[in-house]
Amino acid sequence: MKATKITTRDLTLFYGSKMALNSISLDIPEKEVTAFIGPSGCGKSTFLRTLNRMNDLIPNVKITGEVLVDSLNIYDKQIDVVNLRKKVGMVFQKSNPFAKSIFENVAYGPRINGINGRSQLQEIVETSLRKAFIWEEVKDRLQDSAMGLSGGQQQRMCIARTLAVEPEIILMDEPASALDPVSTAKIEELIFELKKNYTIVIVTHNMQQAARVSDLTAFFYLGELIEFGKTRKIFTTPDKKHTEEYITGRFG
Amino acid sequence: MSRQKTLTGGIFIGLTALSVLLIIAVIIILLTVIIIGGKGTFSWEFLTAFPSDGMMKGGIFPAIYGTALMVLIMSVAAVPFGTVTAIYLTEYASEKSILAQTIRFAVRTLATVPSIIFGLFGLGFFIKFVGGGMDNAFLGGQLKWAQPNILWASLTMALLTLPVVIVSVEEAIRTVPRELREASLALGATKWETIRRIVIPGSRSGIMTGTILAVSRGAGEVAPILFTGAAYYLATLPTSLGDQFMNLGYHIYIMSTQSANVDQTLPIQFATTMVLLLLTFGLNLTAVIIRSRLRRKAAK
Repeated sequence: MKATKITTRDLTLFYGSKMALNSISLDIPEKEVTAFIGPSGCGKSTFLRTLNRMNDLIPNVKITGEVLVDSLNIYDKQIDVVNLRKKVGMVFQKSNPFAKSIFENVAYGPRINGINGRSQLQEIVETSLRKAFIWEEVKDRLQDSAMGLSGGQQQRMCIARTLAVEPEIILMDEPASALDPVSTAKIEELIFELKKNYTIVIVTHNMQQAARVSDLTAFFYLGELIEFGKTRKIFTTPDKKHTEEYITGRFG
Repeated sequence: MSRQKTLTGGIFIGLTALSVLLIIAVIIILLTVIIIGGKGTFSWEFLTAFPSDGMMKGGIFPAIYGTALMVLIMSVAAVPFGTVTAIYLTEYASEKSILAQTIRFAVRTLATVPSIIFGLFGLGFFIKFVGGGMDNAFLGGQLKWAQPNILWASLTMALLTLPVVIVSVEEAIRTVPRELREASLALGATKWETIRRIVIPGSRSGIMTGTILAVSRGAGEVAPILFTGAAYYLATLPTSLGDQFMNLGYHIYIMSTQSANVDQTLPIQFATTMVLLLLTFGLNLTAVIIRSRLRRKAAK
């Protein structure tokens, strides 16, 4: 078992008076892929978004418990949320390129970190696009608008954009749910490659995808963590009846 | 029964068609009358010359120049102020905060205040209060700023057009998708960086449209500048903020009410009206073109 990168302790989250997460405690290991599965509304995306404090943006959210990243509580008052988000990158369900060129999209993160040298930016952009397996497809049109890319290319460019900030953890919220099978395969291949250097947490609706890409799987249901363990075990001999029913497609 | 229904439907269609025709007819008659009345006078010289012979002849260049200068100063005041207000309302203020609600109420009210009231406010506030205060503080009571000039007129007009700018920019900011803000924040951008690099550029078309609509409104209004800076006739162009200025709308007003011989100046009135209409029409058209071009670019 690798070292723990993220730990949550009794993490409970309310939207107004509605409880969305109930006392979640789990340990996410470094440089592995951890998948969150469960039916819609089970809290898996909400949980993912607590890990880089994206829920801060939503009014009336109340959080108790702890989230430790590298043993530091990220909800501590002294934590700079901007630095946290540089360390914990995020890829969203719907690809969300800025209305800028491909180059400027990827250079966005480095630029806000004060990197402005042309050659330095060029290097970061190329490296990031290469890591996201999209360099060959876009190298001749870096100055074109990112909106002109296909959905799958946009999503890989968004991953490149996240990598350009040099995060240690990448959160992926159903990154392939809006993509065709070929693009999905490319994203999965990419995830497999990325886990050598990054800790990856992925939310997915697609059971086969979770089985294919992840090392560990957590099953959420109605805001509770039902079961968490090695993906192989969860998908073959789960401890809980509930997990088995969901995985075999009896509900959800 | 069914026949009666067909009949009612037919009458309704007829009525709507009639209303549409009526509106089109009004516009056509209006334009025809103005063009016929003004075309004999409208010329390059008319646009570039000063009035002459006691305003019975000559051109309207000072009025065009004065109008352009006024809307320029007005935009410099209204656009940044309106944009910042819109950003505050959409990005920082919570919907329910008393301050935000007060601002919204004020903006709505401002938009419904009759324009002559702005004129009176400009006279009382800018000229008497601010101008008088400046004269007392810096010039020992000597009369300089406590009188109508292009600065006070432009600022008064800026107040009138402020709601147009605020509403346009607010609308534009709201169209920037939440996903883009989240993407920026997730990359470690601060809220301000996100506003500056994503939200404002994404609202450019709205800011541009708001500006042009404000300019077009400002160019056509007369009441706010009646007491605050517009002049009947000036032999020279305004060269400082303390000068008065001539204005197209005001020119039409005085030509038709104060002229020694109204009938003789009728062609000048028509031609001036033509210029004013061309100007506001041109501005509105530019607003539409810029908006559609930016939208197409954004959709790419």
